[in-house]
Amino acid sequence: MNKDEILAKLTGIFHDELDNDGIVLSFETTAEDVEEWDSLSHIQLIVAVEKAFGVRFTSSEIQSWNNVGEMIDCILAK
Amino acid sequence: MYKTFSELKKELRKDIPQLKKIRVALLGDTATQFLNIALKGTACNEGFEFEIFEADFGQISRQILDPSSEYYEFKADYTIIFESSHKLLSQYYKSYNTQVSFAENKISYIEDLYRNIQSRTKSRVIYCNFPVINNQVFGNFSNKVESSFVFQLNKLNYLLSAEIAIKNDNFFIADLLSIQNKWGRDFMFSPSIYVNTEMVLSLDALPIVAHHITGIISSLEGKFKKCLILDLDNTTWGGIIGDDGLEKIQIGSLGIGKAFTEFQYWVKALQKRGIILAICSKNDEDKAKEPFEKHPDMVLKLDDIAVFVANWDNKADNIRKIQSILNIGFDSMVFLDDNPFERNIVRENLPEVCVPELPEDPAEYLEYLYGLNLFETASFSENDAERTKQYQVEAQRAVDLDSFTNVEDFLKSMAMISDVKPFDSFSKPRVSQLTQRSNQFNLRTVRYSEQDIESLMNSEKHYTFSFTLEDKYGDNGLICVIVLEKENQETLFINTWLMSCRVLKRGMEDFTLNTIVETARKNGYKYVVGEYLSTAKNQMVKDHYERLGFTEQDEKWILDVDHYESKQVYINNK
Repeated sequence: MNKDEILAKLTGIFHDELDNDGIVLSFETTAEDVEEWDSLSHIQLIVAVEKAFGVRFTSSEIQSWNNVGEMIDCILAK
Repeated sequence: MYKTFSELKKELRKDIPQLKKIRVALLGDTATQFLNIALKGTACNEGFEFEIFEADFGQISRQILDPSSEYYEFKADYTIIFESSHKLLSQYYKSYNTQVSFAENKISYIEDLYRNIQSRTKSRVIYCNFPVINNQVFGNFSNKVESSFVFQLNKLNYLLSAEIAIKNDNFFIADLLSIQNKWGRDFMFSPSIYVNTEMVLSLDALPIVAHHITGIISSLEGKFKKCLILDLDNTTWGGIIGDDGLEKIQIGSLGIGKAFTEFQYWVKALQKRGIILAICSKNDEDKAKEPFEKHPDMVLKLDDIAVFVANWDNKADNIRKIQSILNIGFDSMVFLDDNPFERNIVRENLPEVCVPELPEDPAEYLEYLYGLNLFETASFSENDAERTKQYQVEAQRAVDLDSFTNVEDFLKSMAMISDVKPFDSFSKPRVSQLTQRSNQFNLRTVRYSEQDIESLMNSEKHYTFSFTLEDKYGDNGLICVIVLEKENQETLFINTWLMSCRVLKRGMEDFTLNTIVETARKNGYKYVVGEYLSTAKNQMVKDHYERLGFTEQDEKWILDVDHYESKQVYINNK
């Protein structure tokens, strides 16, 4: 899977978990840019991403990403 | 069967229909925001709207010990206290010199919380017990070391039940320990989420925990499963009785037969604790009954079954028929069938009936059903085991009634006797249970815990009556409950009038009213006042007071005691 494919899959997960199909993600998107993305829903996203990609993040990784691009890099590195 | 956490969360964004509101306080020593959401979503699915007060975490004692706290201001109907095993472990580590009495100290702390709540409110308390953490400091040997955490934790969970739950009517345990036992510690707890958020329940565990806690609340509110309807072929035994014959169906200790035998033992245990059993099978009736009568390995007998329906009609119609004989709501029924086609027909036609998606392999039936926790209850009394017999007798009575041309002759022939008594410590559990179970013949639907009944027994302001009804077919047990309340010198108010639907059309209403008026007369009252509070289920008594000759005034119903003529009844006082 390349970065763009992961981004597309992530977009679907964000739509579903945050219950908003209008969310548009790019590599630069941060939590600030998405209204529903707060510290609580972040946990929902993590769990959904872990399930969808079959990966486990470490507890420090969970808090380390500055934007969606870094999250994708982290998935790719697994 | 469980919705995911995200689905529960979305539930809250839908337009919520008018549901019964319940005030719930949630006090935890870890972050509870997600549990809050899961509880609200689950409640919605169960037909309730939870209004939740969530204290900041770590505030349990402050909120409960301070009489002016936000918690008391909120006036909760239910108080959920959720202390985590992780916080417990760190308390244990810090209590260096008292580890051997750790469980006992914790118990007296919890008792103290409970007493504080009960002295200031009527809130029921739901306390979460502790999923086990074995810190492996002693390995297996911890079971021989009284001061070890494992030993103290096991003791604490035991004492919660033995010292607090059993002895206090308003204290209920949410059995998180058994959830952990069923689903596993690694499923229930996610270390990385705990470290990042202070939450001890994984997202996958939340819907299950919320289901258990909501189940306790809804059964206390009178909503729970009362009846289990079973298919026969490949559900109750292996194979098809019509094709395979009595000798070839699979049941007993060998092979797959074992799965059905163990399933039947479970069903029988449910029956003994008061769940009504019905059969709904596509078969010829005599063939379907044969294994019950003749197969040596059948655990279930015909005696255990309240209603037996075997024919070739569609199952939705047959379940309607069972419902009309038992006179209970569709939402209190569970239907088990191995055939997906039959399950879907029932789901489509009777969406209120609970139809679990049984696994394909019968070996997995039981573990699957354990996981659903379908039969939550808020009470248990000795009479519960008698229930099946009473429904069977009812079916027999219906047949006999047809043979009399005149209802009065029929009623006379029944030789009915009623034992009328004020509530006492013997009737207390059953009375409380009836107030929680009765939905249809219930004029005001006031629910009473055993503790509430106790205070009614000691009240100067109330007259209470329980009625039994016995006839030549058998004893119906305690079937009617009356609470009268002094409104003023002249007026007695009927706070509660409820009756079991089993005894309808026998003149029991008239007999009860005679008793009420007698009490009013004896104590010098001039008026008896009744009230009907409408619910989704009690339409059958909408005109109750009008039928009995009360006159309407300001949305209440008044009866003039002096001008009341006792009604003709065929029931005698014991």
